[in-house]
Amino acid sequence: MIERHDSTIVTTFVRLLVPLAQLFALYVLVHGHESPGGGFQAGVILAASYIVLALGLGREALDRRVNERLCLALASGGVLIYVLTGIVGMMLGRALLDYAALPLPVTPARARFFGILFVETGITLAVAGTLIVLFCRLGDTERE
Amino acid sequence: MSDALVAVLLGLLLILAVGAVRAADLLVAAITLGVYGFVMALTWAAIGAVDVSFTETVVGAGATTVFFLAALLRTSRRRSAAPGRLRLGALLLVTAVGTLLVVTLHALPPLGDLAAAPSVHVSPRYLEGTRPETGTPNAVTAVVADYRGYDTLMETVVIFTAGLAGWLLLTREP
Repeated sequence: MIERHDSTIVTTFVRLLVPLAQLFALYVLVHGHESPGGGFQAGVILAASYIVLALGLGREALDRRVNERLCLALASGGVLIYVLTGIVGMMLGRALLDYAALPLPVTPARARFFGILFVETGITLAVAGTLIVLFCRLGDTERE
Repeated sequence: MSDALVAVLLGLLLILAVGAVRAADLLVAAITLGVYGFVMALTWAAIGAVDVSFTETVVGAGATTVFFLAALLRTSRRRSAAPGRLRLGALLLVTAVGTLLVVTLHALPPLGDLAAAPSVHVSPRYLEGTRPETGTPNAVTAVVADYRGYDTLMETVVIFTAGLAGWLLLTREP
Protein backbone atom coordinates (compact mmCIF):
# COMPACT_ATOMS: atom_id res chain seq x y z
CA MET A 1 0.00 0.00 0.00
CA ILE A 2 1.31 3.42 -0.92
CA GLU A 3 1.32 5.55 2.25
CA ARG A 4 0.62 9.25 2.49
CA HIS A 5 3.86 11.24 2.21
CA ASP A 6 5.22 12.63 5.51
CA SER A 7 6.27 16.02 4.22
CA THR A 8 3.73 18.87 4.31
CA ILE A 9 5.53 20.44 1.35
CA VAL A 10 4.86 17.37 -0.79
CA THR A 11 1.21 16.94 0.21
CA THR A 12 0.45 20.66 -0.26
CA PHE A 13 2.16 20.68 -3.63
CA VAL A 14 0.19 17.61 -4.72
CA ARG A 15 -3.06 19.28 -3.65
CA LEU A 16 -2.18 22.26 -5.85
CA LEU A 17 -0.81 20.23 -8.74
CA VAL A 18 -3.60 17.69 -9.23
CA PRO A 19 -6.43 20.11 -10.19
CA LEU A 20 -4.05 22.07 -12.44
CA ALA A 21 -2.90 18.87 -14.16
CA GLN A 22 -6.50 17.81 -14.72
CA LEU A 23 -7.38 21.21 -16.13
CA PHE A 24 -4.35 20.98 -18.40
CA ALA A 25 -5.47 17.51 -19.54
CA LEU A 26 -8.84 18.97 -20.52
CA TYR A 27 -7.09 21.80 -22.34
CA VAL A 28 -4.84 19.38 -24.23
CA LEU A 29 -7.91 17.37 -25.25
CA VAL A 30 -10.13 20.21 -26.49
CA HIS A 31 -7.27 22.29 -27.90
CA GLY A 32 -5.80 19.36 -29.84
CA HIS A 33 -7.35 20.74 -33.03
CA GLU A 34 -5.22 23.87 -32.80
CA SER A 35 -2.03 22.88 -31.01
CA PRO A 36 0.10 19.80 -30.37
CA GLY A 37 -1.67 17.25 -28.25
CA GLY A 38 -4.92 15.39 -28.38
CA GLY A 39 -6.78 12.54 -26.80
CA PHE A 40 -3.84 10.27 -26.13
CA GLN A 41 -1.69 12.85 -24.38
CA ALA A 42 -4.69 14.17 -22.44
CA GLY A 43 -5.48 10.65 -21.25
CA VAL A 44 -1.96 10.09 -19.97
CA ILE A 45 -1.92 13.47 -18.19
CA LEU A 46 -5.30 12.71 -16.59
CA ALA A 47 -4.03 9.32 -15.41
CA ALA A 48 -0.80 10.93 -14.20
CA SER A 49 -2.76 13.39 -12.06
CA TYR A 50 -4.41 10.50 -10.20
CA ILE A 51 -1.09 8.65 -9.90
CA VAL A 52 0.53 11.77 -8.38
CA LEU A 53 -2.43 11.95 -6.02
CA ALA A 54 -1.80 8.38 -4.89
CA LEU A 55 1.95 8.94 -4.52
CA GLY A 56 1.54 12.14 -2.50
CA LEU A 57 -1.60 11.66 -0.43
CA GLY A 58 -1.59 7.87 -0.23
CA ARG A 59 -3.60 5.13 -1.83
CA GLU A 60 -6.70 5.87 0.27
CA ALA A 61 -6.94 9.34 -1.31
CA LEU A 62 -7.03 7.69 -4.74
CA ASP A 63 -9.53 5.02 -3.68
CA ARG A 64 -11.90 7.69 -2.35
CA ARG A 65 -12.11 9.21 -5.85
CA VAL A 66 -11.91 6.33 -8.29
CA ASN A 67 -12.11 2.59 -8.09
CA GLU A 68 -11.24 -0.23 -10.44
CA ARG A 69 -14.77 -0.80 -11.69
CA LEU A 70 -15.16 2.88 -12.57
CA CYS A 71 -11.81 2.96 -14.40
CA LEU A 72 -12.60 -0.19 -16.36
CA ALA A 73 -16.03 1.21 -17.21
CA LEU A 74 -14.44 4.49 -18.39
CA ALA A 75 -11.85 2.62 -20.45
CA SER A 76 -14.45 0.42 -22.15
CA GLY A 77 -16.75 3.42 -22.51
CA GLY A 78 -13.98 5.31 -24.28
CA VAL A 79 -13.47 2.56 -26.84
CA LEU A 80 -17.25 2.36 -27.21
CA ILE A 81 -17.51 6.11 -27.91
CA TYR A 82 -14.91 5.77 -30.66
CA VAL A 83 -16.60 2.74 -32.23
CA LEU A 84 -20.09 4.29 -32.04
CA THR A 85 -18.88 7.56 -33.60
CA GLY A 86 -17.51 5.49 -36.45
CA ILE A 87 -20.56 3.26 -36.81
CA VAL A 88 -23.10 6.11 -36.91
CA GLY A 89 -21.68 7.18 -40.26
CA MET A 90 -21.96 3.61 -41.49
CA MET A 91 -25.59 3.34 -40.32
CA LEU A 92 -26.44 6.47 -42.28
CA GLY A 93 -25.12 4.99 -45.50
CA ARG A 94 -21.62 6.46 -45.50
CA ALA A 95 -18.22 4.91 -44.81
CA LEU A 96 -17.06 3.75 -41.37
CA LEU A 97 -15.61 6.69 -39.42
CA ASP A 98 -16.90 9.25 -41.95
CA TYR A 99 -17.69 11.98 -39.43
CA ALA A 100 -19.31 14.16 -42.10
CA ALA A 101 -22.29 11.77 -41.88
CA LEU A 102 -22.85 12.49 -38.19
CA PRO A 103 -26.37 13.87 -37.67
CA LEU A 104 -25.29 17.33 -36.51
CA PRO A 105 -26.87 20.58 -37.75
CA VAL A 106 -23.55 21.91 -39.08
CA THR A 107 -21.48 21.91 -42.26
CA PRO A 108 -19.60 18.69 -43.16
CA ALA A 109 -16.26 20.27 -42.23
CA ARG A 110 -17.64 21.29 -38.82
CA ALA A 111 -19.14 17.81 -38.38
CA ARG A 112 -15.68 16.31 -38.97
CA PHE A 113 -14.30 18.79 -36.40
CA PHE A 114 -16.77 17.48 -33.82
CA GLY A 115 -16.23 13.90 -34.93
CA ILE A 116 -12.53 14.33 -34.17
CA LEU A 117 -13.43 15.77 -30.75
CA PHE A 118 -15.71 12.79 -30.00
CA VAL A 119 -13.13 10.16 -30.86
CA GLU A 120 -10.39 12.09 -29.04
CA THR A 121 -12.61 12.12 -25.94
CA GLY A 122 -13.01 8.36 -26.35
CA ILE A 123 -9.25 7.93 -26.59
CA THR A 124 -8.73 10.06 -23.46
CA LEU A 125 -11.14 7.95 -21.41
CA ALA A 126 -9.72 4.67 -22.74
CA VAL A 127 -6.10 5.64 -22.04
CA ALA A 128 -6.74 7.26 -18.65
CA GLY A 129 -8.92 4.38 -17.39
CA THR A 130 -6.44 1.75 -18.55
CA LEU A 131 -3.41 3.48 -17.01
CA ILE A 132 -5.10 4.17 -13.64
CA VAL A 133 -6.36 0.62 -13.29
CA LEU A 134 -2.93 -0.78 -14.17
CA PHE A 135 -1.24 1.52 -11.66
CA CYS A 136 -3.73 0.52 -8.94
CA ARG A 137 -2.89 -3.13 -9.51
CA LEU A 138 0.85 -2.62 -9.77
CA GLY A 139 1.01 -0.46 -6.66
CA ASP A 140 -1.12 -2.93 -4.69
CA THR A 141 1.40 -4.77 -2.54
CA GLU A 142 -1.08 -5.88 0.11
CA ARG A 143 -2.67 -8.68 -1.85
CA GLU A 144 0.50 -10.71 -2.36
CA MET B 1 17.05 23.02 -35.65
CA SER B 2 20.78 22.58 -35.99
CA ASP B 3 22.35 19.22 -36.73
CA ALA B 4 24.84 19.77 -33.92
CA LEU B 5 22.06 19.87 -31.32
CA VAL B 6 20.54 16.66 -32.68
CA ALA B 7 23.98 15.02 -32.67
CA VAL B 8 24.52 15.98 -29.01
CA LEU B 9 21.05 14.68 -28.07
CA LEU B 10 21.64 11.39 -29.91
CA GLY B 11 25.01 10.98 -28.18
CA LEU B 12 23.32 11.58 -24.83
CA LEU B 13 20.68 8.96 -25.72
CA LEU B 14 23.39 6.39 -26.38
CA ILE B 15 25.05 7.05 -23.01
CA LEU B 16 21.71 6.93 -21.16
CA ALA B 17 20.69 3.69 -22.90
CA VAL B 18 23.94 1.96 -21.92
CA GLY B 19 23.60 3.38 -18.40
CA ALA B 20 20.05 2.04 -18.04
CA VAL B 21 21.09 -1.42 -19.21
CA ARG B 22 24.24 -1.64 -17.07
CA ALA B 23 22.92 -0.11 -13.81
CA ALA B 24 23.08 -2.61 -10.96
CA ASP B 25 20.33 -0.86 -9.00
CA LEU B 26 16.99 -1.21 -10.81
CA LEU B 27 15.72 2.07 -9.31
CA VAL B 28 18.66 3.82 -10.99
CA ALA B 29 17.89 1.94 -14.23
CA ALA B 30 14.23 3.02 -14.16
CA ILE B 31 15.07 6.68 -13.55
CA THR B 32 17.79 6.59 -16.24
CA LEU B 33 15.20 5.21 -18.64
CA GLY B 34 12.91 8.12 -17.72
CA VAL B 35 15.70 10.58 -18.51
CA TYR B 36 16.23 8.68 -21.78
CA GLY B 37 12.55 9.23 -22.62
CA PHE B 38 12.88 12.93 -21.88
CA VAL B 39 15.98 13.35 -24.07
CA MET B 40 14.17 11.37 -26.77
CA ALA B 41 11.31 13.89 -26.51
CA LEU B 42 13.80 16.76 -26.87
CA THR B 43 15.19 15.04 -29.97
CA TRP B 44 11.71 14.81 -31.51
CA ALA B 45 11.12 18.48 -30.72
CA ALA B 46 14.50 19.41 -32.25
CA ILE B 47 13.59 17.79 -35.57
CA GLY B 48 10.13 19.41 -35.57
CA ALA B 49 7.88 16.49 -34.58
CA VAL B 50 6.13 18.33 -31.73
CA ASP B 51 3.16 15.99 -31.35
CA VAL B 52 5.43 12.95 -31.10
CA SER B 53 7.60 14.86 -28.65
CA PHE B 54 4.56 15.56 -26.46
CA THR B 55 3.57 11.90 -26.47
CA GLU B 56 7.12 10.81 -25.69
CA THR B 57 7.27 13.24 -22.76
CA VAL B 58 4.06 12.04 -21.12
CA VAL B 59 4.49 8.35 -21.92
CA GLY B 60 8.24 7.71 -22.23
CA ALA B 61 9.45 10.07 -19.53
CA GLY B 62 6.35 10.09 -17.32
CA ALA B 63 4.02 7.11 -17.33
CA THR B 64 6.59 4.41 -18.17
CA THR B 65 8.89 5.52 -15.34
CA VAL B 66 6.05 5.50 -12.82
CA PHE B 67 5.00 2.03 -13.96
CA PHE B 68 8.55 0.72 -13.57
CA LEU B 69 8.69 2.25 -10.08
CA ALA B 70 5.32 0.69 -9.19
CA ALA B 71 6.62 -2.68 -10.43
CA LEU B 72 9.70 -2.23 -8.23
CA LEU B 73 7.38 -1.76 -5.22
CA ARG B 74 6.19 -5.33 -5.67
CA THR B 75 9.56 -6.85 -6.46
CA SER B 76 13.12 -6.00 -5.52
CA ARG B 77 15.52 -3.22 -6.41
CA ARG B 78 18.30 -5.72 -6.95
CA ARG B 79 19.02 -7.50 -10.19
CA SER B 80 18.70 -11.29 -9.92
CA ALA B 81 22.22 -11.58 -11.32
CA ALA B 82 24.94 -9.00 -11.88
CA PRO B 83 25.23 -7.81 -15.50
CA GLY B 84 27.02 -10.79 -17.00
CA ARG B 85 29.97 -11.05 -19.34
CA LEU B 86 29.60 -10.01 -22.97
CA ARG B 87 27.91 -12.58 -25.17
CA LEU B 88 29.89 -12.80 -28.40
CA GLY B 89 27.04 -14.00 -30.62
CA ALA B 90 24.72 -11.23 -29.49
CA LEU B 91 27.45 -8.61 -29.90
CA LEU B 92 28.17 -9.81 -33.45
CA LEU B 93 24.47 -9.75 -34.38
CA VAL B 94 23.96 -6.25 -32.96
CA THR B 95 27.11 -4.96 -34.69
CA ALA B 96 26.01 -6.51 -38.00
CA VAL B 97 22.51 -4.99 -37.86
CA GLY B 98 23.92 -1.64 -36.73
CA THR B 99 26.43 -1.60 -39.60
CA LEU B 100 23.66 -2.47 -42.06
CA LEU B 101 21.56 0.46 -40.78
CA VAL B 102 24.46 2.92 -40.98
CA VAL B 103 25.45 1.72 -44.48
CA THR B 104 21.88 2.13 -45.80
CA LEU B 105 21.41 5.49 -44.07
CA HIS B 106 22.33 7.49 -47.18
CA ALA B 107 19.28 6.09 -49.00
CA LEU B 108 16.97 8.08 -46.70
CA PRO B 109 15.94 11.53 -47.99
CA PRO B 110 17.23 14.52 -46.01
CA LEU B 111 14.94 15.79 -43.24
CA GLY B 112 12.29 18.14 -44.63
CA ASP B 113 13.08 17.33 -48.27
CA LEU B 114 10.08 18.51 -50.29
CA ALA B 115 10.98 16.27 -53.24
CA ALA B 116 11.12 13.08 -51.14
CA ALA B 117 8.56 10.35 -51.77
CA PRO B 118 6.56 10.91 -48.53
CA SER B 119 6.32 14.65 -49.24
CA VAL B 120 4.93 14.25 -52.76
CA HIS B 121 2.62 11.26 -52.23
CA VAL B 122 -0.29 11.75 -49.78
CA SER B 123 1.09 14.53 -47.58
CA PRO B 124 0.08 17.42 -49.93
CA ARG B 125 -3.43 15.97 -50.10
CA TYR B 126 -3.73 15.96 -46.29
CA LEU B 127 -2.10 19.37 -45.80
CA GLU B 128 -4.32 21.03 -48.38
CA GLY B 129 -7.49 19.24 -47.26
CA THR B 130 -7.14 19.59 -43.49
CA ARG B 131 -8.53 23.11 -43.14
CA PRO B 132 -11.39 23.10 -45.70
CA GLU B 133 -12.44 19.50 -44.97
CA THR B 134 -12.12 19.25 -41.19
CA GLY B 135 -11.73 22.84 -39.97
CA THR B 136 -8.73 21.70 -37.96
CA PRO B 137 -5.52 23.78 -38.15
CA ASN B 138 -3.34 21.06 -36.63
CA ALA B 139 -2.84 18.65 -39.53
CA VAL B 140 -1.45 15.96 -37.20
CA THR B 141 -4.74 15.81 -35.27
CA ALA B 142 -6.76 15.68 -38.51
CA VAL B 143 -4.62 12.87 -39.90
CA VAL B 144 -4.57 10.87 -36.66
CA ALA B 145 -8.26 11.17 -35.80
CA ASP B 146 -9.92 11.57 -39.19
CA TYR B 147 -7.93 10.66 -42.32
CA ARG B 148 -6.28 7.71 -40.59
CA GLY B 149 -9.06 7.30 -38.03
CA TYR B 150 -9.24 3.58 -38.67
CA ASP B 151 -5.62 3.10 -37.56
CA THR B 152 -6.21 5.15 -34.43
CA LEU B 153 -9.35 3.14 -33.63
CA MET B 154 -7.30 -0.04 -33.73
CA GLU B 155 -4.53 1.58 -31.64
CA THR B 156 -7.08 2.52 -29.00
CA VAL B 157 -8.40 -1.05 -29.00
CA VAL B 158 -4.81 -2.34 -28.68
CA ILE B 159 -4.10 -0.08 -25.68
CA PHE B 160 -7.37 -1.12 -24.02
CA THR B 161 -6.78 -4.82 -24.71
CA ALA B 162 -3.18 -4.67 -23.50
CA GLY B 163 -4.24 -2.84 -20.35
CA LEU B 164 -7.03 -5.34 -19.74
CA ALA B 165 -4.62 -8.25 -20.21
CA GLY B 166 -2.17 -6.67 -17.77
CA TRP B 167 -4.95 -6.07 -15.27
CA LEU B 168 -6.14 -9.69 -15.55
CA LEU B 169 -2.59 -11.00 -15.06
CA LEU B 170 -2.11 -8.85 -11.95
CA THR B 171 -5.56 -9.78 -10.60
CA ARG B 172 -4.94 -13.53 -10.87
CA GLU B 173 -4.73 -15.38 -7.58
CA PRO B 174 -1.10 -16.26 -6.84
